[in-house]
Amino acid sequence: MPHSLLLDAFAPGSISVGVEVSSREQAISAAGELLVASGRTTDAYTDAMLAVLAELGPYFVIAPSIAIAHARPSEAVLSAGLSLAVLAQPVVFGNEANDPVGLVFGLCALDHDSHLQVLSQLAEVLTDAERVNSLLNASTEDDIRRLLA
Amino acid sequence: MRIVAVCGMGIGTSVLLKMNVEKVLAQLGVSATVEAVDMTTARAAGFDANIVMTTPDLVPLLQGLAAEIIEVEHFFDLEELQTKLTKSLL
Repeated sequence: MPHSLLLDAFAPGSISVGVEVSSREQAISAAGELLVASGRTTDAYTDAMLAVLAELGPYFVIAPSIAIAHARPSEAVLSAGLSLAVLAQPVVFGNEANDPVGLVFGLCALDHDSHLQVLSQLAEVLTDAERVNSLLNASTEDDIRRLLA
Repeated sequence: MRIVAVCGMGIGTSVLLKMNVEKVLAQLGVSATVEAVDMTTARAAGFDANIVMTTPDLVPLLQGLAAEIIEVEHFFDLEELQTKLTKSLL
């Protein structure tokens, strides 16, 4: 398996494929639980991500099919990282331009700067429409890791 | 020229937007600083920018700013960014 900063940001246990959810809240919770399961955050961070949705709406659905759920740096963040829930069936978030969402990334950071290189690599991947399409159709975590490399 | 990418938290979405805006500005040969800031910073007194870029969902929260607001629907669509920035800058 190849290595990159981006791949390392997805700790073991942070990627799940075929995630069954029926609402945007469940979708965000799934990405949050993957951050918790991979040792990045505590449950409080998942709650904070849901609070962002309630407060500001689904603005973090920033491209077709793609949500990047996150909250502020806080003591609920143990280390910076990413998670990814690939949904079994896409879910409507209420973002007209980019619904429905099939890829829900969870993002947590300790501050405003230290994760920038990782985000830059993530942007490279997500700017490539073909790779996004492959991510949406991936069936295993290994597929996902190959596409992120 | 000060261009600011605004999102809720200032750590994720605005940073991704800033990266692609910088890429497009370089292609257009425009020199400008691009910053990523959170909503609280953008709404604070004394906030100053020429252009604010953000998602349609957040535009209502930014009413009253002196800056021109550019709504971006697809952060990774460099063509959308280029079209909208060209319209504002050139």
